[in-house]
Amino acid sequence: MIEFTNLNKSFGKNHVLNNLDLEIRGNSITAVIGPNGSGKTTLIKSLLGLVIPDSGEIKLDGINILGKSKFRNQIAYLPQIARFPENLNGMELIDMIKNLRNSPANANELIQLFDFEKELYKKVGTLSGGNKQKLNLLLCLMFDNPLIILDEPSNGLDPIALINLKTYLKNLKLKGKTIVLTTHIMSFIEELVDNIIFLLNGKIYYNGSLEKLLQMENTNRLELAIANILLKSQNK
Amino acid sequence: MFKIFKYSLYDMIRNRWLFYYMGFFLILTSALLILSNDFTQVLITLTNIILALTPLIGIIFGVIYYYNTKEFIELLLTQPVDRKAVFSGVYFGLAVSLSLSLASGVGIPLILFGVLNSSVLVNYIVLIVLSIVLSIVFSLFSFIISIKFDNKVKGFGIAICLWLFFALLYDGIFLIILMLFKAYPLDNLSIVLSMLNPIGLARVLIIIQLDISAMMGYSGAVIKNFFGSSLGSMLITLVLVLWITIPYYYMIRLSKAKDF
Repeated sequence: MIEFTNLNKSFGKNHVLNNLDLEIRGNSITAVIGPNGSGKTTLIKSLLGLVIPDSGEIKLDGINILGKSKFRNQIAYLPQIARFPENLNGMELIDMIKNLRNSPANANELIQLFDFEKELYKKVGTLSGGNKQKLNLLLCLMFDNPLIILDEPSNGLDPIALINLKTYLKNLKLKGKTIVLTTHIMSFIEELVDNIIFLLNGKIYYNGSLEKLLQMENTNRLELAIANILLKSQNK
Repeated sequence: MFKIFKYSLYDMIRNRWLFYYMGFFLILTSALLILSNDFTQVLITLTNIILALTPLIGIIFGVIYYYNTKEFIELLLTQPVDRKAVFSGVYFGLAVSLSLSLASGVGIPLILFGVLNSSVLVNYIVLIVLSIVLSIVFSLFSFIISIKFDNKVKGFGIAICLWLFFALLYDGIFLIILMLFKAYPLDNLSIVLSMLNPIGLARVLIIIQLDISAMMGYSGAVIKNFFGSSLGSMLITLVLVLWITIPYYYMIRLSKAKDF
């Protein structure tokens, strides 16, 4: 379980996270959604320790993780923009991360899943955007971690890879993993997600199931529900 | 930290600019040794070039290196390694490879031209050690600058200004102060001022080592008296160590407070 208590973060005058309280339960798929700049990535990055909160607490299974690093071997993280050292190839990167983490990894299954064999020995700098994202997913998912955090996992993937990814994530949930993801692809949420967290201006606007959100906004499509919420917030 | 250091060093060894840097010193040192038979004269020329150049290369190369490895650093930070280990590892990869190429670029010609058996060998070793210290100090400055400023143009600008300040402007300011206050006793002030600039400090050490301070008149005598004493050389060593440790801890502190 992940708990955020009273979390605050500002970048200059921009108050991105505003006294945020949140609990994410284990063994579930949770989507963090919200308009651009609502603080989704900042929330995720502060959980990982990439962004340092101004105040507040973050607990993972009851243990405060702020300022620590070892807890990250419990977490698989997929960054929003895949950025790797350009003069290494995919295989070298995989080996390097394996070596750094010092834990067993299963890259082969994912290499086959994403049809990545041909790209494995090309320099990362020469890979296309979609292939970089596949490598990004590979590096993230090859370890057996209880908590998986995916920032825009569908970025640049072709339809086949996307379908494969969804199936893979569903299986991970069945194995008891906790998955937190951000996405702008509604079908992704509708098919996968147990719980939705809607962030608006650094605060939690909604936290609950998809069905309830649809009921609340009186519609049968998530897209419309979100548009409704955004319009209401703009009119305020 | 050691694993990261290893990757960083491996990455640096594949960098061709490092070989150009080493090649430059190889050619320079060999050329000077061919042109003159007087090892001390060669040492003085070499000192002048090295004291200006190693800080410049250290700071510029460091800034370029940091901005180029930013992706790698961000990738490392998502792994179960703490920030101190990440930044120290990457930094030492840079510092060690810079020092190695400098030491071998200057050192190999010295071996080939027989400086090893001459009486001035110690002076050359002092020069190489000092230039390594300057490389370390100025590449630390470069990391501090590039961690502080995400904007590359700004980072480069500040790096060049900092080098200009220590390599050129500082001496000018030093002189102006001495001129303005020439009516007062300036011994202590000039000693303090020369310690506040690592390049100046290295220069003073070489001058003492070569025993040519007599050429500099009264101030040379003051410097020789103070820095040449055992208390003085202990103080210089301490100050040089401080020039490395303070920026190092500052860099680590900055890296711990930074958002990625």
